[in-house]
Amino acid sequence: MLDAIGVDSLEDLFAEIPSGVRLGRELELDDGRSEQEVYGELSALAARNRHCEEETSFLGAGMYDHYVPALVDSIVQRSEFLTPYTPYQPEISQGGLQVMFEFQTAISELTGLPVSNASVYEGPSAVAAAGYLAKLETGRSKLVASRGLHPHSRGALRTHAAGYRMEVEEVPLNAEGATDLDALAGAVDDDTAAIFLQQPNFLGTVEELGSLAEASGGALVVCAADPLPLGVLKPPGEQGVDICVGEGQTLGNRLDFGGPSFGFFAVQERFIRKLPGRIAGETRDVDGKRGFVLTLQTREQHIRREKATHNICTSQALNALAGVIYLSWLGKQGLVELGELMLRKTHYAREALGLEAINPGPVVREFAVRVPDLDGLFKRARAEKINPGYRLGRDYPEYEDGLLVAITEQRTRADIDRLATVAAEARQGVPA
Amino acid sequence: MTIFEKSREGRRAFVPPELDVPEVPVEDLLPAGARRERPAELPEVSEPEIVRHYNTLSKKNFDLDTGFYPLGSCTMKHNPKLHERLAALPGHARLHPLQDPEYAQGALELMWLLERSLSEIAGLPHVSLQPSAGSHGELAGLLLTRAYHEDRGEQRTKVLTPDTAHGTNPATVSMAGYEVVKLGTAPDGGIDLDDLREKADEGVASLMLTNPNTLGLFDTNIEEIARIVHDVGATVYYDGANLNAVMGIARPGDMGFDIVHFNLHKTFTQPHGGGGPGAGPIAVSDRIQPFLPIPRVTRSAGSNGGEPRYDLDYSAEKTIGRLRGFQGNFGVFVRSYAYIRSLGGDGLKEASESAVLNANYLRARLAEYSEYLPIAFDRICMHEFVLSGRGAKEKLGIKTLDIAKRMLDHQVHPPTVYFPLLVDEALMIEPTETEPKERLDDFVEIIGSILDEAKEDPDKVRNAPYTTPVRRLDEAGAAKRPVVRWRPDAENPGDPDRAGAAGGDSPSV
Repeated sequence: MLDAIGVDSLEDLFAEIPSGVRLGRELELDDGRSEQEVYGELSALAARNRHCEEETSFLGAGMYDHYVPALVDSIVQRSEFLTPYTPYQPEISQGGLQVMFEFQTAISELTGLPVSNASVYEGPSAVAAAGYLAKLETGRSKLVASRGLHPHSRGALRTHAAGYRMEVEEVPLNAEGATDLDALAGAVDDDTAAIFLQQPNFLGTVEELGSLAEASGGALVVCAADPLPLGVLKPPGEQGVDICVGEGQTLGNRLDFGGPSFGFFAVQERFIRKLPGRIAGETRDVDGKRGFVLTLQTREQHIRREKATHNICTSQALNALAGVIYLSWLGKQGLVELGELMLRKTHYAREALGLEAINPGPVVREFAVRVPDLDGLFKRARAEKINPGYRLGRDYPEYEDGLLVAITEQRTRADIDRLATVAAEARQGVPA
Repeated sequence: MTIFEKSREGRRAFVPPELDVPEVPVEDLLPAGARRERPAELPEVSEPEIVRHYNTLSKKNFDLDTGFYPLGSCTMKHNPKLHERLAALPGHARLHPLQDPEYAQGALELMWLLERSLSEIAGLPHVSLQPSAGSHGELAGLLLTRAYHEDRGEQRTKVLTPDTAHGTNPATVSMAGYEVVKLGTAPDGGIDLDDLREKADEGVASLMLTNPNTLGLFDTNIEEIARIVHDVGATVYYDGANLNAVMGIARPGDMGFDIVHFNLHKTFTQPHGGGGPGAGPIAVSDRIQPFLPIPRVTRSAGSNGGEPRYDLDYSAEKTIGRLRGFQGNFGVFVRSYAYIRSLGGDGLKEASESAVLNANYLRARLAEYSEYLPIAFDRICMHEFVLSGRGAKEKLGIKTLDIAKRMLDHQVHPPTVYFPLLVDEALMIEPTETEPKERLDDFVEIIGSILDEAKEDPDKVRNAPYTTPVRRLDEAGAAKRPVVRWRPDAENPGDPDRAGAAGGDSPSV
């Protein structure tokens, strides 16, 4: 090969690199290992994590231990889905493009909005992307976010807004753990580009989206939603929401210590040319055969460059595929059945725990309670391999004694009763 | 046919688990105003039909495990199967991101080890794994730059990007609230130094650079470039899309870069997944470190000589905050760390050497067709190179697009086409290190046969492909009248009557 190139050695290929920037030594990394040694090493690390099969977990707060059916694993591991790049050559990418089209259809159905893209990175950065769209659309400088929005979403929104030069103002929750309507109305002014809500909110409260959306004045209404409970909840698109974004992990994606999962981004029709990310569209080939292509690419960075609506390139196609397989598996009836199951279990659990509820109204899959001795509860629960949930104090000083409890379909009544017993014993000071 | 069109009322795959709590009426739990009135129209399909549907779709994709995929700037190297097995271990796949660090020591240690490895490869001391992909890493880099300058009381408004930059760079600049200032390219393919000297002033926040650049050329003036930019107080940002050329050979930190992003889905073998997931960690210098995203992974010595303890730290006072939820795309970290452990330091260097060897071999072999496909810049290249289809267009009447489409009939993926923009009819070719010589030789023959064919019958090439699941698609029509979801009553979008009748530009969604 060197002969064909016309050089004498490999080093000649790197001759142009100035000596001042050459490393001139070996990388200080360990030597390479065999496959079996690497497997041994990394599986030993994995064994030092306590995962959801090793404890009874009530931990949610944005990612949830839902059951992932085996057919998701089997399909997403097919190399034809796993190893291609973004479908720049549609003639040899019809599989991936049609999956995107199906995904867009499913997200549109769930959110009640007519247009969805083919995925964004994940939930909180999708919220931040909605802020950028609001900036491009309105030119205004303020964003108003409910404290019911996931703390990570509010964080990501602030971080990104520092770039696109917008301020973020927060609106408190009321005594029922729902967004305070009066405070929201008071925070919105002529310079507000968008309001941000979450359904169900971070505490699991089912928000009255319609009334909140009405308080938006002329600002856009952005709702972050979990797509799974939307099987039983009124779609955001039917309640005055302009942009619905969210975290898609609950649709057939594993926990993976936080990623990769996918985000989704759905809008009213008038924003179709301002969407971030890839969009698949239906068309025909020269023989009149139905097919799919990436479309509306003049929004995108590789065409529009600095005038693009977003900079996203590699997104989360494989995770979105898992999402659409999962939704096909659940099906039209299953999505409702699972939603109703979670509703019933969640309300049962809130009652069974017998603790003061922070959000006593309608909740789905998650709720927050006040626990007199959180440390005591955690100590006792941990000893029994129960993970009682998420401590709200880290993000909400107003709920210093708050515990956020998630109930997926994987938690049985017996699991819930065990948690209730531990909570009662902790409260009564029974020695562990 | 979409999965929605395969739906038949009453069919299903899902069987719900037993309802073991009281069957309270849903109306008692959710007020009418909050309830969905009609179910979402998801498909009603049995498990065997779902499996068949997606298996059939998968066969309409060309993939890296099937054939050569020399897509420039995308680094389509082999994705080792071990990585999938490791990522799927329950200790990784079923670990909750908010698990108490005490019970996630293995995951945090893996992140810490990956950070240390990337730091060594980049030649920069501090790493955050958080950004979700390359463009997210770019954005992080500019937000860090903004925070750094604001901390010094400086307001800067401009970012320099070469005209060979990836499209993500200028888009990122806008999202970070800066103005793009383009830099010209010198005759040797590097940055035009005079142009840089003229445009580098106190209003410049950063220079975003890829080195080797998108022409596959190492910018030999890199030290001078970094000096000019640093002299005006700006940062130098390294787009790591092309890092696969220089691992263990030259490090961005040693070239003077302040901030680097990695594409774990390019250089470090995360499978591309048909458009993600990826991950875009960043490495930074000491002066940028205080602003890194939270949480940071920390390691402290164990008490009494015990095991070190890993934790997540949210306390950094000057941080830009978080870029996304949780800790980043951990599943990607597992695969990339497994790759680094498998190859080791010397193996990574060898990977880069082989990538550059393969690219130069292919470049040299394709010089045979320079009459039709002249190389844009005739010098030793790094991991990729750019040809121009100018000759083929003028002499054979076929465009780069036609050549790319004809390749599809030969079961290879075409190179990146029409990028970089400064090369007429560009073909950007990156073979990667995991291709044997035979594959490269096959590719040369395929290009030769396409050119020969065009000499005889250019229409044969202009009308390609012929053997793919669909042939050339009407992209203009798709954009003019976007149909972006399936509807039960959908009209036929390819129907010429409809295109004429509706007219205008209104989307049909």
